[in-house]
Amino acid sequence: MLRSGVIAKKVGMTRLFMDDGKQIPVTVLQLDKLQVVAKRTAEKDGYSAVQLGAGTAKAKRTSQAMRGHFAAAKVEPKRKIAEFRVDPANLIEVGEEITANHYFEGQFVDVSGTSIGKGFQGAMKRWNFSGLRATHGVSISHRSHGSTGQCQDPGRVFKGKKMAGHMGAAAVTTQNLQVVRTDADRGLIMVKGAVPGSKGGWVTIKDAVKKPIPDNVILPAALKSDAAAAEKAAEEAAAAAAAEEEAAAKAAAEAEQAALEAAEAEEAKPDVVAEAQAAEAEKKDGDE
Amino acid sequence: MDLIAELEAEQVTALGNDIPDFKAGDTIRVGYKVTEGTRTRVQNYEGVCISRKNGEGIAGSFTVRKISFGEGVERVFPLHSTNIDSIAVVRRGRVRRAKLYYLRARRGKSARIAEDTTYKPKAQA
Repeated sequence: MLRSGVIAKKVGMTRLFMDDGKQIPVTVLQLDKLQVVAKRTAEKDGYSAVQLGAGTAKAKRTSQAMRGHFAAAKVEPKRKIAEFRVDPANLIEVGEEITANHYFEGQFVDVSGTSIGKGFQGAMKRWNFSGLRATHGVSISHRSHGSTGQCQDPGRVFKGKKMAGHMGAAAVTTQNLQVVRTDADRGLIMVKGAVPGSKGGWVTIKDAVKKPIPDNVILPAALKSDAAAAEKAAEEAAAAAAAEEEAAAKAAAEAEQAALEAAEAEEAKPDVVAEAQAAEAEKKDGDE
Repeated sequence: MDLIAELEAEQVTALGNDIPDFKAGDTIRVGYKVTEGTRTRVQNYEGVCISRKNGEGIAGSFTVRKISFGEGVERVFPLHSTNIDSIAVVRRGRVRRAKLYYLRARRGKSARIAEDTTYKPKAQA
């Protein structure tokens, strides 16, 4: 059931007022020309996945190798590329565009991105250490970490000890965010709550791994070609319905016409009778 | 206009709330929808607006202060909340601050606000 995720751009945060008086903080994520760039199959690559590309890159700033890769897929150069493992049944044709209807309202998703870089930070900010005391002889080192280990045995600091160092700018996944609203026309997905990374940063959205996959997800993906086909079908259906209606209207008009003629004929009949009666009456008068 | 501003403007028009022109110092009456079990009724809350925050946008809010049974009560309302039934201006006040937090330390006579008799409605753009 594993299906493709999407690449999105973080636009920013806002709030939505619901009819029941609740307001929901949402992060707006935008799909920008999200297309399938390549396919990985078990026969060729040993695993099945789709490679998606999003955004637009200038051709002259794209490397020759990547230009060739995009040309093979017959898509415009993309700004961001990511691969998503999928079931072989859910592979998507190269060149297909994915729309925001890929997720439905109320669905839970996991969003991964690169967190905002914080630079070199101390142990208090980076690991929530308490620091040292404000008084009682503490000098200069109020925000330092304390001891980093034991004594002569083991005589070293264990690996992985939480200490000061570089913080942020790391791959972070926020799990189980609820999709509040989608807008396929503008390619917007609004999820409840915050998403890692800064505005304008790229994130990937996947179906939540810690929730059962809902029954009404679109497999293999919500594609623009499918949407176009559905629209065309709907248009054709509408046209057919219109034609039928017209035919029905025509038939009705014909029936009405016929009825009118019949009524006229009917009306004419009493006239004849009346005339005959009148003539008879006159005749009687004359007789008298 | 960036996308977020566009979305917020769209939502403000979609909500279509009728918000009168008021500022800090004005006495206003807010009709707030209260749900008790399955029944919904409108509760009026009248007091002095002591602050407006974040302008007319979707994030805008205002604080209303009143003295209830001798105790000062402040409530913060989101300007575009769907729970707000109506906002009515009862009295225009003349003040020289945007935030009237000094009223919290005052009681009775010193907490009065002079009426603004020269109020002119904002010209509709």
